[in-house]
Amino acid sequence: MASYASRRAANRIMMGLCWAATLFGLAWLALILVTLFWNGLAGINLDLFTQDTPGPNTDGGGLRNAIVGSLIMTALGVGLGTPIGILAGTYMAEYGRYSRLTFYIRFVNDILLSAPSIVIGLFIYAALITEGVEHRIVGYSAIAGSLALAVIVIPVVVRTTEDMLLLVPNPLREAASALGLPRSHVVMKIAYKAARAGLITGVLLAVARAAGETAPLLFTVQSNQFFSLDLTKQMANLPVVINNFAGKGYANWQQLAWSGALIITLAVLTLSITARALSAQRTQK
Amino acid sequence: MNIAETVPAAGKSFPGEGLPQKISVRNLKFYYGDALALKGINLPLYANNVTSFIGPSGCGKSTLLRVLNRMYDLYPKQRAEGEVLFDGQNLLDPAQDLNLLRSRIGMVFQKPTPFPMSIYDNIAFGIKLYEKLSRSELDGRVEEALKGAALWTEVKDKLAASGLSLSGGQQQRLCIARTVAISPEVILLDEPCSALDPISTSKIEELIDDLKERYTIAIVTHNMQQAARVSSFTAFMYLGELIEFGETSKLFTSPREKRTQDYITGRFG
Repeated sequence: MASYASRRAANRIMMGLCWAATLFGLAWLALILVTLFWNGLAGINLDLFTQDTPGPNTDGGGLRNAIVGSLIMTALGVGLGTPIGILAGTYMAEYGRYSRLTFYIRFVNDILLSAPSIVIGLFIYAALITEGVEHRIVGYSAIAGSLALAVIVIPVVVRTTEDMLLLVPNPLREAASALGLPRSHVVMKIAYKAARAGLITGVLLAVARAAGETAPLLFTVQSNQFFSLDLTKQMANLPVVINNFAGKGYANWQQLAWSGALIITLAVLTLSITARALSAQRTQK
Repeated sequence: MNIAETVPAAGKSFPGEGLPQKISVRNLKFYYGDALALKGINLPLYANNVTSFIGPSGCGKSTLLRVLNRMYDLYPKQRAEGEVLFDGQNLLDPAQDLNLLRSRIGMVFQKPTPFPMSIYDNIAFGIKLYEKLSRSELDGRVEEALKGAALWTEVKDKLAASGLSLSGGQQQRLCIARTVAISPEVILLDEPCSALDPISTSKIEELIDDLKERYTIAIVTHNMQQAARVSSFTAFMYLGELIEFGETSKLFTSPREKRTQDYITGRFG
């Protein structure tokens, strides 16, 4: 009985520690969200979405140009990165599953996945923007920023695509092949269909990742005080605007930075929750 | 028929000699990497007959089945040597068009594998691959296939429901219907009832009996009663070798080989 009592005590202590660790982790998240809402909500109004970023020491203004810029560059980055990521992941899971090449691709992709995003920003900067104004391929521009985001999107999508396709049971592929389906049909009509929820989840996670990135945009797009849809010019975007506005002494800018941070956080949170819900649906089947 | 029951050496006759052979396996060797899994198999599959492959786990019966539609080609380091004549053509020929071959030699697997789509599309999918049909013709073919697999009355009111919503036995009949729908000549069944309850099993066995009118069938089974019930010829395999091939009625009542006798009486396996 003594040992039973001590086991119960040990169990209680371990449970207590687990709870404490969980609360510790969640508390920071709660603190961040509460602070964001507390400071950000005050600035949420119609002007935020209809007016552009104000100059220094100017009243009013909004984040319209930054929100539109972020939407455009995230869409372009994901639009460029997703097809490449899906095709690469498909090669690894479907065509080259047993090849040595796939092993190396996976290794390199994992490195890319965990590479600091500032390095990716620097890479695009070095590849496209530097080398003196007259030799530049492009200047600081939305297109350069989109390319940087695409490089961030690719490894995320490659990884989830491969993982999700590997979860599709092999007998399903065999059954499709046994009907005389060519490999391309087996992949597109059967494997993609069976893995659909997972593939969409991967893209959503990539969108969330790209939408919140600041460092790659700092080196490639910088920002723009004005509304612009020109992809070859600098373009405003939420992360860099937040970065620029938050540290300055103007109360108006600080308020806009808080509101911008709240908007990004809510967007990323929504994407992550949607992705979670989708993958939960998949596992229930 | 008064026919010798043992496996003949090359050149000698098989039990059932004289029946048309849909498939003739000749000196078939199969390798997983360096491991020899089939050690020179000679075997006929007679047209419009059911042939069952029995033997303990790992004896090579599923491997043999997977050679017959070249399913092993999906995987690296698996290869076959020898000849498998299908209507006189060696299907192991590297030039063999695998998609065409598999449309003529269908396969049903151990676990039901409905595609993640509607019941209707599970059947129509394969048909559409080979034929351009109008909607009404396609409807007719789907109905015919589902009737052929004794599933029509159970699903006719929910053809748009997901194939995954069916019970295990229904899913397996859906897979048989899907295979039959593209009009193959041979159907390979790899332990089709091992995941099913007795009622579903008996439905599938009845189905196999109907199907042999139109198709040549090979079935791998762990269940010797099932082999006895559904097949007219039986091959007993052990450790990658074909020990005995003969008419099912004779192989189960008076086997020639001691190992066959031991296996069917439950002394090993």
